[in-house]
Amino acid sequence: MKRSNAPIFWLMFGAGGTLAALFGPALVIMTGLAIPTGVGFNPTLMDHAHAMAFGRHPLVKHVLLGIIALFAWHGAERIFLTLKDMHLGSKLTLMWLSYGSAGAVTLAAFAALLAIGF
Amino acid sequence: MRPPYLRPIDRHWWAKPPYLAYTLREATGIAIATYALVLLAGVICLAAGESAYAGWLGFLANRWSLALHAIILIAMIFHVWTWFAIMPKTMPRLVIADRYVEPRFITMAVIGVVAMATLLLLVIAGRISQ
Repeated sequence: MKRSNAPIFWLMFGAGGTLAALFGPALVIMTGLAIPTGVGFNPTLMDHAHAMAFGRHPLVKHVLLGIIALFAWHGAERIFLTLKDMHLGSKLTLMWLSYGSAGAVTLAAFAALLAIGF
Repeated sequence: MRPPYLRPIDRHWWAKPPYLAYTLREATGIAIATYALVLLAGVICLAAGESAYAGWLGFLANRWSLALHAIILIAMIFHVWTWFAIMPKTMPRLVIADRYVEPRFITMAVIGVVAMATLLLLVIAGRISQ
């Protein structure tokens, strides 16, 4: 029997989904709503100096890479399966499109986090 | 040999109940991936320099971004609901004191813990930042 490569993608999907279910709402409220408007938070929390100090920390780099990559792979799996069920293309095309995008996001995040420096 | 019978399927099956509920659940993946792209843009701008990063902060303060994040938040909350609604089905039956714990109870308990933790995290982080 041919081995399936699906479990690898399920693992990323599951990890990203659990991460999003546990911390997603808090993250979106903080970075997308509360800090930009200053509601309940000091808006300088995400200014350049703070972000730089934050992004240079090795632990923070790992956390950011984990959040960005796993969220991307989680979304990619859902988008891939939905498009496949909608018969919007061959399985291979849709796989390259969705998993390829998630892979590109992962590499870009990795490169940018390195470029921020230590 | 006769050809196999293929039941006719409506082309827009995914937009109609009962499948619509699944389509909406899967659509939360688009919101979560979009949020990953927003964070990725932030990290890239931070690496590109101070003015690029100011541009990203300007985008976040824009009302279109606030509307986008409101939509992402709604999708994220729907994801929390569906994710933990499925969770009891992925684990062995939970028996406490010889009694079978209802899946619905497990879902509600976990969502309750997540809601409390989110609230606590936001309040504490907000206080520290002031």
